[in-house]
Amino acid sequence: MRRVVITGIGATTPLAGDASGSWKALLEGQSGIRTLTYDWVEKYELPVTFAGTIKVPASEKLTPQEAKRLDPSSQLALVSAREAWADAGSPSVSPERLAVDFATGIGGVWTLLDAYDVLKERGPRRVLPMTVPMLMPNGPAAAIGMDLGARAGVRTAVSACASGNESIANAFQRIRLGEADVVVAGGAEAAIHPLPIAAFAAMQALSKRNDEPAKASRPYDTDRDGFVMGEGAGALVLEDYEFAKARGAKIYCEIVGSAVTSDAYHITAPDPEGSGAARAVLGALEQAGAKPEDVEHVNAHATSTPVGDIAEYTALHRVFGNHTENLVVTATKSATGHLLGGAGAIEAIFTILALKEQMCPGTLNLDNQDSAIELNVPKTPTPLKRHDAVAISNSFGFGGHNAVLAFRNL
Amino acid sequence: MALTEQDVLAGLAELVNDETGIAADAVQMDKSFTDDLDIDSISMMTIVVNAEDKFGVKIPDEEVKNLVTVADAVNYITANQG
Repeated sequence: MRRVVITGIGATTPLAGDASGSWKALLEGQSGIRTLTYDWVEKYELPVTFAGTIKVPASEKLTPQEAKRLDPSSQLALVSAREAWADAGSPSVSPERLAVDFATGIGGVWTLLDAYDVLKERGPRRVLPMTVPMLMPNGPAAAIGMDLGARAGVRTAVSACASGNESIANAFQRIRLGEADVVVAGGAEAAIHPLPIAAFAAMQALSKRNDEPAKASRPYDTDRDGFVMGEGAGALVLEDYEFAKARGAKIYCEIVGSAVTSDAYHITAPDPEGSGAARAVLGALEQAGAKPEDVEHVNAHATSTPVGDIAEYTALHRVFGNHTENLVVTATKSATGHLLGGAGAIEAIFTILALKEQMCPGTLNLDNQDSAIELNVPKTPTPLKRHDAVAISNSFGFGGHNAVLAFRNL
Repeated sequence: MALTEQDVLAGLAELVNDETGIAADAVQMDKSFTDDLDIDSISMMTIVVNAEDKFGVKIPDEEVKNLVTVADAVNYITANQG
């Protein structure tokens, strides 16, 4: 099997318009969660009035014509992918050896619902001809593939909030198996629209801390009351190690393992025993040739829901046993909110930068840690101690999807 | 008051520019939408629908294939405007 390294990163998040700015804001303890100022919040009397909106609009980085033909999710995807590609030094790779694996959890929800409004108000003739390619969930992947001229396959994993991780896992496997030399992978989401907000709120999944938005995303805290929706995108350039070395690429770290499992337990609730999630962590470690004791840093899924955070802890404890207390854990959704299909991608980037800089980001709003969750979760940035240790990033999604990635410094 | 050919050309050029980014002054009567201006069928349909709104004219789908050059479109709109 071929070894695979990360050579480029790009992101646009509620914290900043690029990857390095997002990381800096994360270490500074900033929150990207704010009150929504759209007129539709009041119009529909939404029960939740805040979210993690992107800091820098995609329109600032795209031409008006590019923006016009892309759903907001694809716009964010393209912005992050271009940044990652430039960061990797725009690798010279044969188009037939360049692939894309880019996810979204929900797809072009703005396009779909706007088009339905147009249909109802103005009739079928006014529905834009670009509606279908803009709303399809493979739109972000296709936009990136067209932009970079990728001809080794352009794919989209759709597994709700595990989608971003699953796409990166798929990219990793394609290079391992020799199907491509370079893959641009990640995920994007732009679903801060009244319908998804109403729908997530209807299932009691969202925090309703409307009066203190920056304190609403509080993973592991006793007062957590649900997740906070976020929007944005993250992109990584994955590359065959030998190919990267041969071109003298800057290498962040190696991706050493990935695993995808499923609970077959409940459509939305996590398996309280955490067995599916635990199998995903173990699978990724096995692929990495690593033991649980080799892991130091964990970027947890930790969405700030009462049951989800406990279930993940249970899964970690199943895998790590007594070593659980040695893990240095971060819940970066405390700062970004939950980017759904984009979450795995930006969290993979944070994990990679944590490894590179040997620094675990702090977790916000952890005023009173839930006594049932015995994890070491620093509130402020905390140095990591083991340069050669494995770091893992977890993502789980409605549908019982579990996807775990494992990284290690070279 | 009915629009002149020049008015329609200017208005159409604006719609083309808005949809594709092509400079409005490149939209000249003798240009072919596909061969010269490189406008694909999806953009063409968007421009047609926007032109219907802008000029108060109906352009049936079966008519669109006859609008090969900018002059074809300008003439059709000028002749059929409401």
